[in-house]
Parts: sequence; structure tokens; C-alpha cells
Amino acid sequence: MDWAWVGENLGRIRGYALQHLFLTAVPVAAGFVLAFPMSLAAIRWRRLYAPLLGFTGMLFTIPSIALFVLLIPVTGLGPLTAIVPLTIYTLLILIRNTVEGLDGVDPDVREAAEAMGYTRGRRLLGVELPLALPVIVAGLRIATVTTVGLVTITALIGAGGLGRLIVDGFTLFFPTSVVVGVVLSVAFAVAADLVLLAGQKALTPWRAGRA
Amino acid sequence: MITFESVTKQFPGGTTAVDELHLQVPDGEVVVLVGPSGCGKTTILRMVNRMIEPSGGRVAVNGEDVMRTSPPRLRRGIGYVIQGIGLFPHRTIAQNVATVPKLEGWDDDRIKARVDELIETVGLPDGVRDRYPHQLSGGQQQRVGVARALAADPPVMLMDEPFAAVDPIVRTRLQDEFLRLQSEVRKTIVFVTHDIDEAIKMGDRIAILSQGGHLQQYATPKELLAEPANDFVADFLGAERGLKRLALIPVSQVEAAPGPVVAPGAGIDEARRVAETHSSDWVVVVDDEGRARGWARLDELDGRGPVDGVRLRDFELTVHADDSLRTALNALVISRHGVAVRLGDGDRYEGLLTRELLSEELR
Ligand SMILES: Nc1ncnc2c1ncn2[C@@H]1O[C@H](COP(=O)(O)OP(=O)(O)O)[C@@H](O)[C@H]1O
Ligand SMILES: [Mg+2]
Repeated sequence: MDWAWVGENLGRIRGYALQHLFLTAVPVAAGFVLAFPMSLAAIRWRRLYAPLLGFTGMLFTIPSIALFVLLIPVTGLGPLTAIVPLTIYTLLILIRNTVEGLDGVDPDVREAAEAMGYTRGRRLLGVELPLALPVIVAGLRIATVTTVGLVTITALIGAGGLGRLIVDGFTLFFPTSVVVGVVLSVAFAVAADLVLLAGQKALTPWRAGRA
Repeated sequence: MITFESVTKQFPGGTTAVDELHLQVPDGEVVVLVGPSGCGKTTILRMVNRMIEPSGGRVAVNGEDVMRTSPPRLRRGIGYVIQGIGLFPHRTIAQNVATVPKLEGWDDDRIKARVDELIETVGLPDGVRDRYPHQLSGGQQQRVGVARALAADPPVMLMDEPFAAVDPIVRTRLQDEFLRLQSEVRKTIVFVTHDIDEAIKMGDRIAILSQGGHLQQYATPKELLAEPANDFVADFLGAERGLKRLALIPVSQVEAAPGPVVAPGAGIDEARRVAETHSSDWVVVVDDEGRARGWARLDELDGRGPVDGVRLRDFELTVHADDSLRTALNALVISRHGVAVRLGDGDRYEGLLTRELLSEELR
């Protein structure tokens, strides 16, 4: 470990870390924005659900490098080439967890809400979403951790992120850079997971003391 | 008033759950729908608030066809209680109770006052206000369910096996409290159960249904037990129909035998004469205020003093005028002599009840 190098390059490392944050947050957020209405549609029109899972599942199996390379002619080298595939990868998990979370709402609770005179929209916002939140957030956590890992690879197509430290370290035979890159991306994944979990706990106080 | 006119419900699969139903639920009464599982009770109930829409005929609440009111509007005027309760797990008890007033846009002070009132009305401790549903017992949760249904003071309530999930002791208590509450609020209630005893206990009227939503008989519990319309109804009422009917009749409905009665100061000769006219060898001693003091055997009277000179015996068996004939019969069956002393308020002597008098009523 060359601690002097770390000290001299703090600014650069911080820059990569911020890029990494950006390249994780944008695809997860975009993925959720897309997945949410698709999930509602899948609940409304049940028939859509299986094909939707099939299709997003198929996209999920395309190796990331292949998808990046395929997109370079379209979006060039840069963040967008990373963001589009990363967004696509989140869809399967986000759709599956959103649908299952909403499906998992106790039918008696749903029936009571309907019988009390809730409109469909208010019932979704006021009753079903809050109750599905733990499962939806579980999906967001998996999507986020997965994306943090994938972003390290985007360095290969010049999109930046902590992966740059790893790639540079290998090219220059400089282990310190590799170690810093790996440690920081792992720490970032763990931190993101904990933040989301804390957010979910804060939003679901009624579950305190329950399994 | 809720009216069903030729109401039919066919589900997409082809099941006819309800067939040409005619039924009127009068204002302020509890009408119980009872019948075997799958006979269409829930379907009938849910057609009142449009959770299910009829395929034919008309369901009207206070003369207005339910299909002409938007579901949310209609439902906010109709309380709904189900077996599964369906409290909102993410809301406190106070918030759960406040559901409909909140949807209706009441102001906060009015909501708070109403919630406080209801928590007390349904017999919940004040401390539950800010708890979450899972922190309450099953019986308490069911009370919250009733409070939530009553919140906006709807004239009509629908209850689908509301007490089926709690244990028998709690169920009896909830039923009793519900009847007490209903005697004050006088809602128009459709109550579903598969338990005929619950139907007899809760219903002002009972509609007995068979598979396919066919109405077999619609009558008061007494009429039903006295004169079942057909074998289906008789079978459904069960082998103890006679006893169930007795449970609905108070002892005061049966004329009691006057019995051999003497005043405390009566002498042996008078006691003998009175006993003889009633062909008995004992007398009941009743004081000036009409209170029964006890009884004495003729062969234990010592001939000179008044009857209360000897130690009077306690009655083996007394029944109160408000007890049911079923309670009285049960006591008589166990007793040695087959005679019970009937007492009114303040232990006033009202006569004797015998097995023979009861059998008369049973026939
Ligand atoms: N949504 C539905 N789709 C198809 N059939 C149904 C539906 N709901 C109820 N049924 C059928 O209608 C009949 C009456 O059901 P229900 O009203 O629930 O009976 P109960 O409450 O008396 O047990 C049953 O045969 C049931 O299977
Ligand atoms: Mg039912």
C-alpha cells in the first residue's frame, strides 16, 4: 500500500466516487420510474405480467460488456452508454418486487379499504403502497447493490467511476490503486444498502418489534 | 330500508350465486342471512354496497337504486365489518377509526371528538388510541373494526361473520355488547352467519338460504322455530328446535300454578286445608309483602303454633320471571321434585312452575 499516493490523489479518488454515485443513482431511479407504471399495468392486466418478466429477465441475462459495446455506436463513449444498460438491468428486480409487494397486501385490508369508500388511486397511495413498501425497498436494495458492482465495469468504456482506479492499477501494475478501487466500491455498496434499509425502517414505524 | 327485488347474480364462471331474491330489511332491524357455506350470503351482502354488482334485478337502499350512486359515495354511507377485520396495519387505532370521516373531509377537531366517543362506545381502553392493530388482541381488534364501521354514523351496516374468528367466550361477549349497542343506535343491519344459534340470538328477522341463494324462509326467530316452512329449514334449525324456541320465551309467558300458599301466622288447620285443596303435603309460606319465605311439610308442623314457628325450609329451586323457559326446563330436569318456585322482582312469590306446565307449552 502506497499511502502517500492515496494522499496525493484524494481529489481524483473523490471525483471517481462521485461519478460512481451518479452512475448508480441515475439508473436505479430511472429504472424505478419505468418499473413502477409497468408494475401497475401488470397488476391491472394480469396477462402482461408473465411476458413482462420474461422480457426483462432475458435482458438481464445479456452480459453487460456485450450490451455496453452494442450501444457505443448509438450513444458514443460516455455516461449515457453506461446508464441505459444499467437501467435496463434493474427492471426485472424492480418490477418483480413491486408487483409482489402490492400483491402481498392482505386481501382483508384491501377489501376493507374498498368497502370504506376509497377510490382506486387513494387506496393505492394511502394503503397498498405503504404496506408494500418493505418488499419494494428490498427490490431497490438488490438493484442498487447490483448496479454498484456493474458500474465498476463501466470504466472499461470510459464512463468513469471507481472502476477507473482498478483498470488504471492493472494497466500500470500499481496494486494500491486496485485495492483502493475495490475497497471503496464494496464500502459504497454496503453503505447504499444500509441507507436504503434505514430509510425503509423510518417509513414503516408500525413494523417496529415485528419480524 | 334495504330492498332486494328479483335480484340475481351470475358469476362469469357460470355459477348462479343468487337467484331471483326478494327481501326487505326494515329500518332499525337486524336481518340475519344464514345458510350453509356457499349458499350466496356474502354475495347478497356485497351487492348492497356494490362490492358485487347484480346481474339482474334491483337493490335499493332507502328507495334509491344502489347502481345510481358512485361506489365510493355509496360505501361511505354503509358500515362494513368482516370476519378478517382488515384493520390498516400501518395506521394507529385512532387513525383506523377515523378512516371514513377523513375520506369525507371532516375537520380534525370533529374527527378527534368522534374517535374518542367511539373508542369508549365499543368498550376499548383509552390507552389503545395510539397503538397499532397488531398490538391488540383479536377481540379488541374486532371492536376497532366495529368502531371504524360506525365512525361516520352510517344508517346501514353490513356484517359478514364478524365474530366467527374469535374464541367462544369473547364471541359471546362481543355479541352481547353488540346487541346492547344496537338497542341504542338502531342501525339497519344485514348480518351474515353460518351459525343458526348466532342467527337466533342476533336477528330481529332471519332469512334462511339454500344453495344458489334461494330464500327458504324469512321470519322472526320465534316464528321460524315454531313453524319451519319446509324440511330444509327444519333440518337447518336442527334437532333441538324445541329447546331453541324455549330459549326465546321468558318464564313469565307461562301461567304459573298458584300453589298451596299460607301466611306466616296461619295455624296447622288452615295449612292442612290449603294443602289438601292442592293435593299436596306441604305449603309455601308467603309474607304480607308477597315475599316467599320458605316452605314447610305438614308432618313437621307441631300442631299448636303458627307455621313459621317451625324452621321453614329453603326452596330447592327458584326461577325468575325473566329467565327463559329453557333455563327453567333445564333446572326442572335436574331437580328432585319437578317443581320450581317462580319469583318476580324483589323475590315476590308468583306461583309454581312444574314439568307438566312446561310440557303443555312444548306441545
Ligand atoms: N368472484 C366469484 N367468482 C365466481 N364465483 C363466485 C365468486 N364469489 C362467489 N362465488 C360463488 O358463488 C357462490 C356463493 O358464494 P358466497 O356468496 O361467498 O357464499 P357464502 O358467503 O354463503 O359462503 C359459491 O358457489 C361461490 O363459489
Ligand atoms: Mg361468506
